Amino acid sequence: MMKQFGYNSLKSRTIDYKNINTTLISYIIKNEPSFSSCISCGSCTATCSAANLTFFNIRRLNIQIRLGEFENIRQEIDKCMLCGKCLLVCPRGINTRNVIMLIKKGLVTFNLVE
Amino acid sequence: MIDVLIIGGGIAGIETACSLQELGLETLIIEKEKQIGGHLNNWDTLFPTKRSASEILEYYTEQIRKKSITIYLNTTVTSIRKQDDGSFEVYTSREVSFKSKTVVMAHGFSLFNAQRKEEYGYKIYENVITSADLEQTFKQNNDVFVNPMGKIPERVAFIHCVGSRDEKSGNHYCSKVCCITAVKQAIKVKQLSPQTQVFCFYMDLRLYGRGFEEMYREAQEKWGVQFIRGRLSEVAENIDGSLQLKAEDTLAARPFKMSVDMLVLMVGFEANKSTALFHNSCGVACTESRFIQPRHHHLSANATNIDGLFTAGTSIAPLSVFDTLNHAKAAAFAIHSYITK
Ligand SMILES: Cc1cc2nc3c(=O)[nH]c(=O)nc-3n(C[C@H](O)[C@H](O)[C@H](O)COP(=O)(O)OP(=O)(O)OC[C@H]3O[C@@H](n4cnc5c(N)ncnc54)[C@H](O)[C@@H]3O)c2cc1C
Ligand code: SF4
Ligand code: SF4
Ligand code: SF4
Repeated sequence: MMKQFGYNSLKSRTIDYKNINTTLISYIIKNEPSFSSCISCGSCTATCSAANLTFFNIRRLNIQIRLGEFENIRQEIDKCMLCGKCLLVCPRGINTRNVIMLIKKGLVTFNLVE
Repeated sequence: MIDVLIIGGGIAGIETACSLQELGLETLIIEKEKQIGGHLNNWDTLFPTKRSASEILEYYTEQIRKKSITIYLNTTVTSIRKQDDGSFEVYTSREVSFKSKTVVMAHGFSLFNAQRKEEYGYKIYENVITSADLEQTFKQNNDVFVNPMGKIPERVAFIHCVGSRDEKSGNHYCSKVCCITAVKQAIKVKQLSPQTQVFCFYMDLRLYGRGFEEMYREAQEKWGVQFIRGRLSEVAENIDGSLQLKAEDTLAARPFKMSVDMLVLMVGFEANKSTALFHNSCGVACTESRFIQPRHHHLSANATNIDGLFTAGTSIAPLSVFDTLNHAKAAAFAIHSYITK
């Protein structure tokens, strides 16, 4: 089932908003409603130590989750050190650390990545 | 008893008085400072025309003289009380009070205090200034453009949304005019110092007004101003006084560092402190953002929840000069029909 979201399959690159897997995003917004107000400003990524050293990018991860693209998320999310710096700079007051915890929990609960 | 007492001799208050005069009503303006004009006294040229702010102030000074409008300077209104007969008693810092049939709150706005965003280093690092400070620099010196340390800057960065659209500052709203002010100021820097590289860091560009989009294009095409979509997260000072910025270029999806010789913080609008005093003394309704709440956003944009108490200009929200003057002219009509009904 997850294959249809993979990059290796020869699917069109066009985003199909009608058929997005919303399991994880619904779960996160239900438990951390502030997440719905993200404006993709990038403050979190700019301040994140993991982002400055690796390809980990919390802002972009948020977008991938909205699009229901879970490929690589589990490995990526483990690069986060849960330091909470991102939470201090967010202009929308989003509890980004809690979002990360929920991503971790949601991936397992809903068995989204093999 | 006075017909109309106007609190504030900024452009909103003066325009209200001029229009009321033409409608045949007597007004009294009470102004806290030693001069009229409010914030326009501090600005150099105005968007979108690039004409001098002093041109507007000279026009109004002349109107005040021609129309013999009475103004009390150096007098601060401290509270407003509604009387049983429907009129108002207005108290001031001078231990005199005034009786008036109607009152206009044209007391304007306050600038966001950039020191509240400590991570941006205002008043900590020498080369960090605000958009308001930059207007002063433009007004004082028009030959060479230097940073506060006296150096011709190689790179200047403008930071949008400082104290606006920011949960951490307690201000959710957009201040509306700072995007176009950044564009205006970026062009001016390039005009004064063509070799300086200019960057604007934004989250969204809000260039809503007539002529604004044109100025944005001019900044790109004619002056090479670079617009980067990303919000500044931290600033640090280097030994030579230059500043190290940390942000993400969200379109490239990569964090970056940049060193600049000057940082300009685009400070937003906040409700004037007097607004809270008026709210407490007469119960005028305020919005969640602490500005005055007009009775009806579309149909009654100058009246308030209190009969006879009106608003004009930026006491209701961040507004440009254009919007301020239109709101003030509308106030005159609303007051005229209230008094003559
Ligand atoms: C950095 C910056 C640049 C800007 N540049 C432009 C531009 O280029 N073009 C443009 O269209 N707009 C510009 N604006 C917006 C412009 O400044 C406002 O539209 C305008 O100042 C609003 O006028 P006002 O009369 O409502 O308020 P104000 O200018 O704030 O005037 C209010 C007056 O009331 C007085 N007052 C306050 N409280 C009391 C009291 N309790 N008793 C008595 N008097 C009182 C004050 O002293 C002041 O004189 C800029 C804003 C900023 C922050
Ligand atoms: S700082 Fe907040 S609003 Fe900005 S991208 Fe990160 S989570 Fe979204
Ligand atoms: S909590 Fe994680 S995502 Fe946030 S700044 Fe720290 S390492 Fe980066
Ligand atoms: S006008 Fe632009 S800079 Fe000012 S608060 Fe709105 S988006 Fe930010």
